[in-house]
Amino acid sequence: MSDAPERILIKGNEAVAFGAVDAGCRCYFGYPITPQNEIPEAMSRLLPEIGGCYVQAESEVGAASMLLGACASGVPSMTSSSGCGISLMQEALSYMTGSMLPAVLVNMARGGPGLGDIGPSQGDYFQAVKGGGHGDHRNIVLAPATAQECYDFMFRAFALAFTYANPVMVLGDAVVGQIKEPVRRTPPPDALAPERLAELAAPWRVEGRGRRGPGAAPRLVKSVYLAEGTLAARNRQLRDKYEAMRAEARWIAQDTDDADLVVVAYGSIARAVRSAIRALRAQGAAVGLFRPITLYPFPDEGLRALAAARPGRRFLVVEQNLGQMVEDVRLALFGPAGRGAEVLFHGLMPGLLADAQTLEEPVRLALAGKEIRS
Amino acid sequence: MNNPCNALPEALRPREGESLVFDAPAAQVDRPTHYCPGCHHGIAHRLVAEVLDELDATDRAVLVASVGCSAFSYDYFAVDALEAQHGRACAVATGVRRANPDSVVFTYQGDGDMAAIGLAESVHAANRGELITAIFINNTVYGMTGGQTAPTTLIGQITTTSPAGRRLRGEGGPLRMTELMAGLDGVAYAERCALDSVRHVRAAKKALRNAFEVQIRGLGFGFVELLSGCPTNWHMTPQAANRRIAEEMIPVFPLGTAKNLLDK
Repeated sequence: MSDAPERILIKGNEAVAFGAVDAGCRCYFGYPITPQNEIPEAMSRLLPEIGGCYVQAESEVGAASMLLGACASGVPSMTSSSGCGISLMQEALSYMTGSMLPAVLVNMARGGPGLGDIGPSQGDYFQAVKGGGHGDHRNIVLAPATAQECYDFMFRAFALAFTYANPVMVLGDAVVGQIKEPVRRTPPPDALAPERLAELAAPWRVEGRGRRGPGAAPRLVKSVYLAEGTLAARNRQLRDKYEAMRAEARWIAQDTDDADLVVVAYGSIARAVRSAIRALRAQGAAVGLFRPITLYPFPDEGLRALAAARPGRRFLVVEQNLGQMVEDVRLALFGPAGRGAEVLFHGLMPGLLADAQTLEEPVRLALAGKEIRS
Repeated sequence: MNNPCNALPEALRPREGESLVFDAPAAQVDRPTHYCPGCHHGIAHRLVAEVLDELDATDRAVLVASVGCSAFSYDYFAVDALEAQHGRACAVATGVRRANPDSVVFTYQGDGDMAAIGLAESVHAANRGELITAIFINNTVYGMTGGQTAPTTLIGQITTTSPAGRRLRGEGGPLRMTELMAGLDGVAYAERCALDSVRHVRAAKKALRNAFEVQIRGLGFGFVELLSGCPTNWHMTPQAANRRIAEEMIPVFPLGTAKNLLDK
């Protein structure tokens, strides 16, 4: 027997649940919605066994509000949902950002708009990265592509949420959530111990003032700042925090050194793109992959470095939507030669599994600088 | 009990041979409120603060505030507090109590907040038997936004959004929250009280105490509805507002204990 930790065969959704619990999550609030039901199902079994709490809420509005209360208590807590359910959570999400609370939300995205379908889609990119709540709201977004990353990224999500006292969203899709793969259940290097999370929450959590000793001043967790100038001061504080979060941008670049074309893709689509790139490289094509791990903060420095390293190099964004992340790539690569670069787009429709072979043709066309018809 | 928010001015401190016989509760911040003259929030706050002290719960109390006139209720309670979105106080309180089972958690909500936008969150928290106490201020109008129709507005009552008087058909009848709550299995205590007279205020304090006791004893959800005056939006003097509670509200919203599991 090897000393390597045993691997278990589980779905991405189950990996989310195991990862969350192993990272210290002790409260889960949710409402059933496909394709993420394995998360609440697993949590309803796992949490009571370790003294945690599982509540099936009356709605996603209720679930996200319960999450706000648990987060204000400083206890690592989460919810999960999919597209239309996340829409209902946006009210609480904005309040949690305004109140500076470390919430973790998982979106195993399905097709939209509206009720859409229950298949894979990346149509929630804007909602996760640009939307997410009213006001000057921002939240960190992590994009796992495998069941192992679902497990690992839950640790990162809690670590970032507590470090910045800000909501973090893990954005997968129906494929990421439903795919069954071997997962090693060991904490990744960037995990923070639950004791550390508690330390980070100790200065602001509500708990009953008597817990802080006799005569302790009461605490207040809120997002309302009505007196003249106070919201401005609060939002300057948020702006500084969002700026600091930029240091958390992460990405993976593969086969980019000699690439004339860099394909930019995230999540499950990046896996299909990766297979297509392998096949094309075997045929001698100079193509590489840039996969954002954080969608917010967006890794634009990484993209700019690639553009600067090889002037004239082209970029192709492949997404399972009508073109959302491509706007961030274009913003990152806007500018004169040597700084900017040409950005092409290929979109896949929702509800269908991305097939690596059918991705070879658009990548080949982009490499040759020809028009791609999605 | 130690209250970091109330330091008695030197001139008021008892001298040798004197003793302090009346003071603000430790759970209360002794300061002028932003409420209108004749508003009953001040009385309700005071009663809740007294009950928290008497039950020795102030040190572990967490207030979940609402949206409406009582949005800033946390300014007057010397306890840890947090803000909830409009209507979501009972769901937020669920999260607080579940995450921190040793705390004593209460919401303080008006009729628009609890009975309109937050009806689902309130009813489901109650039905789950969450160990929280919900204090429901019923003054038949949206106070903070200027006196619009509430779910509790009486039939025929003129508001800024029912200029012809509320009509049953199309606008609905006054929602009776206490009766609704009492019908739920998770509710351990439900009572409707009024704040229009000394006798009723005394009864309200007993009800509040019971609604906290069921939480502390783990029996279930505690609920108290307080019929309250809003002289500003009713366009009345405070005295006339008290008369309106007695003559117009109580016949529609009967007072009394609708459910009590304390003695079972």
